[in-house]
Amino acid sequence: MPDVKISEVLRTGMLATVQDLGRPGYAHLGVPHSGAADRPSLRLANRLVGNPEGHPALELTLGGAALRIRGGAWIALTGAPAPLLVGGRPQGMNAPCHVPAGALVEVGVPVVGLRTYLAVRGGFWVEPVLGSRSTDLLSGLGPPPLAPGDLLPIGPVSGLSDLAVDVAPVRPLPGTPELRILPGPRADWFTPEALRTLTSEPYEVTAQSNRVGVRLRGPALARVRHEELPSEGMVTGALQVPPDGQPIIFLADHPVTGGYPVIAVITTADLSQAAQLRPGTPVRFR
Amino acid sequence: MRVLAAGDAALLVETGDLPAAHRLHAALRAADIPGVLDVVPGEATVLVSVDPARCDLGRLAARLPSLPPAGYGSQDVTVEIPVVYDGEDLDEVAELTGLTRAAVVARHSACTYVVAYLGFAPGFAYLTGLDPLLHLPRRPTPRTAVAAGSVAIAGPYTSVYPSRSPGGWHLLGHTDTPLWNTHRTQPSLLTPGMRVVFSPILTPETCPGGPAGA
Repeated sequence: MPDVKISEVLRTGMLATVQDLGRPGYAHLGVPHSGAADRPSLRLANRLVGNPEGHPALELTLGGAALRIRGGAWIALTGAPAPLLVGGRPQGMNAPCHVPAGALVEVGVPVVGLRTYLAVRGGFWVEPVLGSRSTDLLSGLGPPPLAPGDLLPIGPVSGLSDLAVDVAPVRPLPGTPELRILPGPRADWFTPEALRTLTSEPYEVTAQSNRVGVRLRGPALARVRHEELPSEGMVTGALQVPPDGQPIIFLADHPVTGGYPVIAVITTADLSQAAQLRPGTPVRFR
Repeated sequence: MRVLAAGDAALLVETGDLPAAHRLHAALRAADIPGVLDVVPGEATVLVSVDPARCDLGRLAARLPSLPPAGYGSQDVTVEIPVVYDGEDLDEVAELTGLTRAAVVARHSACTYVVAYLGFAPGFAYLTGLDPLLHLPRRPTPRTAVAAGSVAIAGPYTSVYPSRSPGGWHLLGHTDTPLWNTHRTQPSLLTPGMRVVFSPILTPETCPGGPAGA
């Protein structure tokens, strides 16, 4: 098949995975939703290169990746702002960028934020599992995380939209993000002070954070009910509170059910910011 | 029925008990409401996740009490899983429960279980209905790897590990029945509400009257 383009992974940085919009519809079978942690950034990267919004792209954690696309292609970089070099020359983010045949694509380390998305026109066409090409780090579904030497086929470009946007305006990531939350479903398991503490004190993003969840450190959230919560379904953005009182934000690969009470849930509009929380930085809730 | 918001894109419905959770889960699947993305039963809850652009949570909440009950569903299915009771922890379970190995096997295979919900791993079903004499806390130190097909117990549940994974449950035996296959339209053998029976396969090693038992 001479027409199939291939990209070759040279460096992956800390963690690089293929992500699309995940596997909704299987949660009752124990399958996490998965997919891009920062969905708006994935969608934007795809739109910029004329792909359908849910095409598979690369999710880079703290940048540091390099690849070569045999035959050349259009790419776009979105999400956490990182330097982009194509054939050694600096290129802008949030804009379609043409990669000549054989040119090296290098993504540096982002200055703020955590996850940078690299879309290619046609998409990274790895084998789908249950309708998605996403790597799910909790369940192991989908392709394993990328490794140097991996060859990723690029999907067909016939029938895709023309490139229509030169550069997309993107709001910069704030230094101390303030995430909006909605109390519940188990806010009544906590003292009234717990919700006030959560919305008045800053929490620190710890290094024990990944695509499953963001572990926070800060004032403990005290419970009024101490019995065991019967296992119940969990949503992305849930602030689950284990017995130590330190909340965990559930991200894309979170378990579908859990037995610790959820004090509040981050609004859908602010989930992308939650996915960009960088270990060692503060976060506020309101 | 008490309906709680779980953020701006999901409802957590308290049903009071497991059978009511299964009825609501089945009714929601049968209703096939546009914009509903996932329906997840828990022990006494159902979580309904939606695409807020296509499904209004307030209107959905108002509709829940009057959903028509589902007809034929997973509750009407009984799955038989043949088990060789040769698990690594069978002796320990016998000791902890004060039963003989044969009595542990007899009690575990005498019940009809119900798939309460799935979680922990794709296809991992929490089955309720375990004989109270077999309720044991998890092992103090989980194993780093439990083989696919391992039949195990912990707390009030029994389950079968659908794929190789770490695990802290007590291993009673194993089955060759595949529980999880992503190439099937229905990847999980077990779905919420189904009934499950374990039928012991007698081998010389596990049959008390056989050569090994003599």
